[in-house]
Amino acid sequence: MKLGHALAATLFLLALWQAVVGLTGLPSFILPGPARVWSTWWESRALIGEHALVTLTEVALGLLIGGGLGIFTALSLAMSPAARVLIRPLLVFSQALPVFALAPILTLWLGYGLGSKVAMAVLIIFFPITSAFFDGLMRVPKGYLDLAQTMGASRAAILWRIQVPNALPNLGSGLKLAAVYAPIGAVIGEWVGSSQGLGYLMLLANGRAKTDLMFAAMLTLGVMSVLLYVLADRAARHLAR
Amino acid sequence: MIDPAPSIRITGDARSGAGLLFRGLDLTLEAGRWTCLLGASGAGKSTILRMIAGLDAHVAFDGQISAQDATPLAGRVAYMAQSDLLLPWSKVIDNLCLGARLRGSRPDRARALRLLERVGLAEHGEKRPDALSGGQRQRAALARTLMEDRPVILLDEPFSALDARTRSEMQDLAVELLAGRTVLLVTHDPGEAARLGHAIQVLGPNGLTEVPPPTGTVPRSVDDPETLAMQGALLRRLREDVA
Repeated sequence: MKLGHALAATLFLLALWQAVVGLTGLPSFILPGPARVWSTWWESRALIGEHALVTLTEVALGLLIGGGLGIFTALSLAMSPAARVLIRPLLVFSQALPVFALAPILTLWLGYGLGSKVAMAVLIIFFPITSAFFDGLMRVPKGYLDLAQTMGASRAAILWRIQVPNALPNLGSGLKLAAVYAPIGAVIGEWVGSSQGLGYLMLLANGRAKTDLMFAAMLTLGVMSVLLYVLADRAARHLAR
Repeated sequence: MIDPAPSIRITGDARSGAGLLFRGLDLTLEAGRWTCLLGASGAGKSTILRMIAGLDAHVAFDGQISAQDATPLAGRVAYMAQSDLLLPWSKVIDNLCLGARLRGSRPDRARALRLLERVGLAEHGEKRPDALSGGQRQRAALARTLMEDRPVILLDEPFSALDARTRSEMQDLAVELLAGRTVLLVTHDPGEAARLGHAIQVLGPNGLTEVPPPTGTVPRSVDDPETLAMQGALLRRLREDVA
């Protein structure tokens, strides 16, 4: 997406939002206009920044741990047929469970702090990363494997020199998905139980009818997710080269 | 070369699924010579090549594959396929060094550079394969095959995707560079078999038939009358096999 296009789309959305507010005459505790949200954001920037930093930490840790676990799991699955038999059905089943429903129990186990939110983010991104990377590892053109075999390659050398490079673009796609999902996981964790983070701030503001602050926090989260996505997209392009 | 090229003999029956793929097969690849195995698609010629290469051929084979020097073939064959199989994420020079890297040994880059020069790609070593033309890619694949320096070379229709002129140039180059090695060329092109075979074997529904090759030295000239006559005769044989 070009920067100009992004800017135009943003302006269009802001105009639409302002138009809805102006035409309907809704009170600002129901739907505050963009100008009002902006001024609230500016006044509360320290507060929002503080909570955003908490959420960003949760997301970053979640991406790091979830990404690491996903890569490790995909490699194990690719290396070991036994692991494929034992772990793969488990992976699919884990996706059939609504991760959101696990948030309360994670809070019970890991407490109100950082841990439970990071765990939520990890849970939500683990599958897309594992699945995307594993697919790439297994979908190697057969000819490469034949060639490697006649060259006398070991199993580990084939994995490292052929399967992994072949799967890097897939890993990049998985990372892009993860960058968008991870903040959702963290915020759900915050909703269920916390005293910090943008999710907590949104819930708090909503409860006190500070709708403008709620919007400011939500848009901050949105911008953060988009920036993460852009970063992941860069990383993915680098991996696909 | 590391060791002298052996002759190879493969005998036996092969079944694929419920059907019999071939029975009483007896094929000898003479030492240091080009044997062309000609047949229509699906005749089982690639299966024979894969069995010699030690690759999974998806058949139940009941028989023997042996080298005349009584040493196992494993580690003595190099393989080249119709698709160049160059790794798209590696530079051409690194593709040449792939075998050494896969075996965990130090690649001989100086040798790789010399081979690139011999196949006329001296200036393309630092490029990615997708920056090369089809003919150049196949020359890089030939250089990679030579880099392995094996006495037995198995070629599975390596020139069939090239245009006529590039194909004939590749054939000349391959004969020059693979001289002295035991070569099995699997092909569906009668012209190719007539040009390149020191021995020509046609694989039909009733098994192998050896056809005496034309008299000229390999690679035979593209317009040599005897070679052209052989091309015609081989094509006629392929067509009769189907009928």
